[in-house]
Amino acid sequence: MDLLATVDWSRAQFALTAMYHWLFVPLTIGLALIVAVMETIYFRTRDERWKGLTKFWMTLFGINFAIGVATGLILEFEFGTNWSNYSWFVGDIFGAPLAIEGIFAFFLEATFVAVMFFGWKKVSPGFHLAATWLTAFGVALSAWWILVANAWMQYPVGMEFDPDQMRNVMTDFSAVALSPVAVNKFFHAVFSTWTLAGVFVAGVSAWMLWRRRNIEASKLSLRVGSWVGLAGIVLTLWTGDGSAVNVARVQPMKLAAMEGLYDGKIGQELVGFGILNTDKRPGDDQPAMYGEVSIPYGLSVLANHDAKSFVPGINDLIKGISLTSEGDTVNTVSYAERIEMGRTARKALALYDEARKAGDEGAAAEALDLLKENYRYFGYGYFEDPADAVPPVALTFYSFRVMVVTGGYLLLLFIALIFVCYRKPGFLERKWLHWLCIASIPLVWICSQAGWVLAEVGRQPWTIQDLLPVQAAVSAIPSDNVVITFCLFAVLFTLLLAAEISIMLRYISRKSKNDIMA
Amino acid sequence: MDFFRRIYRFYADGFRSMTIGRTLWLVIVIKLVVMFIIIRLLFMPDALGGLEGDDEKSETVRKNLTEDINCQCHCFLYGYNESVIHNPHTISEKSK
Repeated sequence: MDLLATVDWSRAQFALTAMYHWLFVPLTIGLALIVAVMETIYFRTRDERWKGLTKFWMTLFGINFAIGVATGLILEFEFGTNWSNYSWFVGDIFGAPLAIEGIFAFFLEATFVAVMFFGWKKVSPGFHLAATWLTAFGVALSAWWILVANAWMQYPVGMEFDPDQMRNVMTDFSAVALSPVAVNKFFHAVFSTWTLAGVFVAGVSAWMLWRRRNIEASKLSLRVGSWVGLAGIVLTLWTGDGSAVNVARVQPMKLAAMEGLYDGKIGQELVGFGILNTDKRPGDDQPAMYGEVSIPYGLSVLANHDAKSFVPGINDLIKGISLTSEGDTVNTVSYAERIEMGRTARKALALYDEARKAGDEGAAAEALDLLKENYRYFGYGYFEDPADAVPPVALTFYSFRVMVVTGGYLLLLFIALIFVCYRKPGFLERKWLHWLCIASIPLVWICSQAGWVLAEVGRQPWTIQDLLPVQAAVSAIPSDNVVITFCLFAVLFTLLLAAEISIMLRYISRKSKNDIMA
Repeated sequence: MDFFRRIYRFYADGFRSMTIGRTLWLVIVIKLVVMFIIIRLLFMPDALGGLEGDDEKSETVRKNLTEDINCQCHCFLYGYNESVIHNPHTISEKSK
């Protein structure tokens, strides 16, 4: 078995399927909210125009929901096939949240989605509205459990490793479900879906304006989409700050990679944009950047909300050095020490197993104590060199910038759209504005994907931060098998995406030729 | 009983009145068949699924995580569930 090929193809396959899955999910969550808002306006005003609008966007929600449904299950298949060590190792930490997500998805969404689509003439307007809001709530709540699982991978808490079962056993459900990383990640992800759906609605509305179809419907939709989108991007930026603080605290190596920062300092600047030197390696004396535009003290403020705080770089973390704001050196645990502790933990695990099988309780107890002492850095025991524990700096660095730059653009876009909608409605007839909104549709998806690339690539080489690196997590299967399923998934998901785009475009084109609000 | 009949009629009427929904349901059914029957059954078996009981699974994972990861390989002749330690230089000999 070519381990490296299996690891790389397994990672590529998970990245492919997760990114495709995340094409559908944010539109489901965000558009559900927009539909609920429009139906609320209908309910309060009893203006039939809003009922027509709600039905139009609800159909687009339904198309996306149908195409995207169950695509997440592929990821669960991959846990069992490609990541069996990881799948077993995480134990019931993953099992519980994913099972709850499945139950919620089935009962809440499936039940109330049916009422949404079938119940216009069968249930009261109030009940129908409640069903729509419960659907919106249900899709968001499904996301909670998935994000709890992912947050645990970034910040494993609330568990104890059981060497007899070789699994992490959950000891504190609330620590897992309500970890600060999970809570912030949930809100950051959900608010970003509001942004995405807002852009989608703005883009489709702009297309109809460009084609001079359903002018009034487009303008009303643009207003709702812009307000939801603006709320979404503002809240996404706010929770993004929370994400940075969490990352600084629990994944400082990810933060250093995000910034291409090798040697930190007190009052560290934030790189607004820069060209990375991709040949730079930890410990060498090459420059980290060929050029950069920086914000003074920016990273210290972002990471610690303290302009005079120290932010460690990659080299500082490897050496185990930190500084107080007064400039005093504080020793943390160097990566060489972590590797030593990790190896001790792995050895202790093997000794515990030997002693247990030999019936030597004394030796088993000793080995267990040694394991517990060193378990915190168990995963480092798989590395030869501290540099092995550094994530891919370039991809982490640039994905962060893509996310922030496009997010900043979207903030300006929504502010401009709201200003235009209320103060300069004449601009809504301008072709350049139509094309700006339409072009923003792929941009918002790029922004959304860049965020996940940052989160997941920045966590490398870990599947579970500090506990299990990818090379230990992967199944012992031939890489050829992974290549085959990679290609199958690439074809399947591309066909699904093509089907969705085709069905949506045909629906929008056909429906917009008649009065949407009738 | 009447309650369940009303629920059944609700869904039946709803499905009958679908337009674009019919296409979507066709896509869903095809997708689920491809995912669960073709891909899952033929190409994505659970790597630990063939092992009997949690004890054997935990033992396999223990071996995988505690032995030298660079020497771990997989013997194709014995399928997915066997992990055997080989000298890397003999792997190509045994694979021939």
